[in-house]
Amino acid sequence: MSSRLSTPAKRPFSSAVVMAVAVFLLSVTLAGASLLPENSLFHVSPFVMTLAGKYLAYAMLALSVDLVWGFAGILTLGHAAFFALGGYAMGMYLMREIGTRSAYGNPNLPDFMIFLSWDHLPFYWWGSQHLVWVALLVLAVPAILAGIFGWLAFRSRVSGVYLSIITQALTYALMLAFFQNGLGFGGNNGLTDFKDILGADLHASSTRAVLLIVTGIFLAAALLISRWIVSGRFGNLLLAVRDAESRTRFLGYRPEQIKLVIWVFSAMIAGIGGALYVTQVGIINPSEFSPSNSIESVIWVSVGGRGTLVGSVIGAILVNFGKTVFTTWLPDFWLYSLGAMFILTTLFLPNGIMGLGHHLRKKSEEVTPEIIEPEESEHDR
Amino acid sequence: MTDKWLLAMQDVSVTFDGFRAINNLSLHLKTGEMRAIVGPNGAGKTTMMDIITGKTRPDKGTVTFRGHDLTRMDDPAIARLGIGRKFQKPTVFEALSVWDNLLLSLKGLRSPFSVLFSHITKEEEKRVADLLQLIRLESLSDKPAGGMSHGQKQWLEIGMLLGQDPELLLVDEPVAGMTDAETMATADLLREINKTRSVVVVEHDMDFVRALGVTVTVLHEGSVLAEGDLDTVSADPRVIEVYLGR
Ligand SMILES: Nc1ncnc2c1ncn2[C@@H]1O[C@H](COP(=O)(O)OP(=O)(O)OP(=O)(O)O)[C@@H](O)[C@H]1O
Ligand SMILES: [Mg+2]
Repeated sequence: MSSRLSTPAKRPFSSAVVMAVAVFLLSVTLAGASLLPENSLFHVSPFVMTLAGKYLAYAMLALSVDLVWGFAGILTLGHAAFFALGGYAMGMYLMREIGTRSAYGNPNLPDFMIFLSWDHLPFYWWGSQHLVWVALLVLAVPAILAGIFGWLAFRSRVSGVYLSIITQALTYALMLAFFQNGLGFGGNNGLTDFKDILGADLHASSTRAVLLIVTGIFLAAALLISRWIVSGRFGNLLLAVRDAESRTRFLGYRPEQIKLVIWVFSAMIAGIGGALYVTQVGIINPSEFSPSNSIESVIWVSVGGRGTLVGSVIGAILVNFGKTVFTTWLPDFWLYSLGAMFILTTLFLPNGIMGLGHHLRKKSEEVTPEIIEPEESEHDR
Repeated sequence: MTDKWLLAMQDVSVTFDGFRAINNLSLHLKTGEMRAIVGPNGAGKTTMMDIITGKTRPDKGTVTFRGHDLTRMDDPAIARLGIGRKFQKPTVFEALSVWDNLLLSLKGLRSPFSVLFSHITKEEEKRVADLLQLIRLESLSDKPAGGMSHGQKQWLEIGMLLGQDPELLLVDEPVAGMTDAETMATADLLREINKTRSVVVVEHDMDFVRALGVTVTVLHEGSVLAEGDLDTVSADPRVIEVYLGR
């Protein structure tokens, strides 16, 4: 009698679980290999470790873009702003860890503040010597900004191209603001020359190994939580809002609230990605806010496959790997090949790399065509 | 005085860029009543539904539902009050299965976090199963709604209205794109629904309206031209002029 039998096969996103495990194992393996003696065949160099950390952090940014673009239909062109804000929050802590080892040797003030002849920390730097407080900022700052922005935009029903444009304006405005020395974030040099994290030397291979594993764990966790969110009833509601917003309103839902929830959650994931990025790349400056970064993150998602979670991770890693290779060997061609990649996937692989798998499987199974096409065309006549 | 009506529209007008789409329209509906609305294209039928459901604000006039002033509420609030609406162009969630479409429609969870932390209950499964049976889409339960025929989407959307458990259903052109047999089955379905709920149905198909056998309101240029049973109304010279003059 159980009507559960007739419940459709849900979109279970089981691939997200596989990817979470893979990401974790990858980070552990690389970390382990980096600790091998340098003459060992399997030794992984610090250069590769930095790249791996960077790719995984970018994968979190891509995942956050996919959550809002793939599932709620919000084409964000400003998500790197949340990533950069998380990065700056972590950068504040890492600056404070330098302490007296800086050029001016002031135990509290970073060099750039001495240079500005400041004699005390601005209030928003208070507590930044504590990693716990900064971890809170990494989540809260992107969340609050996304909350205010999203509330205003979704409530006034800004959507489509207009929304994309104002997200782009948001990140551009932040970039200009962070270029200002007076803002207290190091102006165009940003925050850099970090030494320690929690007293551990950031340049030691053991610290790098731990940081990569931590990044792997956070990415895996973000994948699993995202999967939980999108595969249940809330995920269905997101697709409903994406495809037929007015229908959801007349059912009594408030789409602006639903979008806001996923938007804020997504901004927090991007923020965590930015924080982990800074620990491994060792610098954060205003160029992280540049509009092209946000646009690139959208390209990663579309190359990997929008609305698939896993595709965003694959896309971020592959495209950035391509970028590393290209900018080393053929720097002039990188932008062209990025553009070509975007155009080719849009034209031939609308569901990205993830769609490729589906495509091949469908072909081999030769599934029956979707139900009752003729009547549809009859109606058109 | 208005309280004896389930739905009361009084002297309502709406202007779009100087064009009066609704012109001093008054319409009253008793609890448990089914009303058919007919009228030529552009008569204002859909706009009338837009006003009732909060999508369009009237320039003047009052609209009350069980004594609540609908002109002060927005569309989700009106939906929660107990008014369900089927769009003229059938609108279902194409990426979701029929089953999931119905589950989302069920009255109850509406805030984001309550949906996020929800579990499908036995009772919900039963309600979805009952709806599937009523709209005769059991065999398509796990198929994506986007792949269905026009007529099937119409039925699914009606099923979703019922999932909302509304007191009043506004149904805009439910039989467009249906075969004759499907049209008659839809008339039966609406009569069945009308046993427990009030219904306002807009339709051009006169065989369908006849099969409903209810009071007909003829709209023309944004106001009521005639009202009564179908035979009386269709014998009205003004109605004949509006329809046959075209
Ligand atoms: N949002 C709007 N802006 C401008 N004009 C509108 C708007 N909505 C409706 N109209 C106009 O109002 C008039 C009434 O439209 P409405 O859709 O209510 O007609 P209808 O009776 O439902 O017709 P049909 O039988 O074709 O569905 C039409 O002339 C239409 O063009
Ligand atoms: Mg209409």
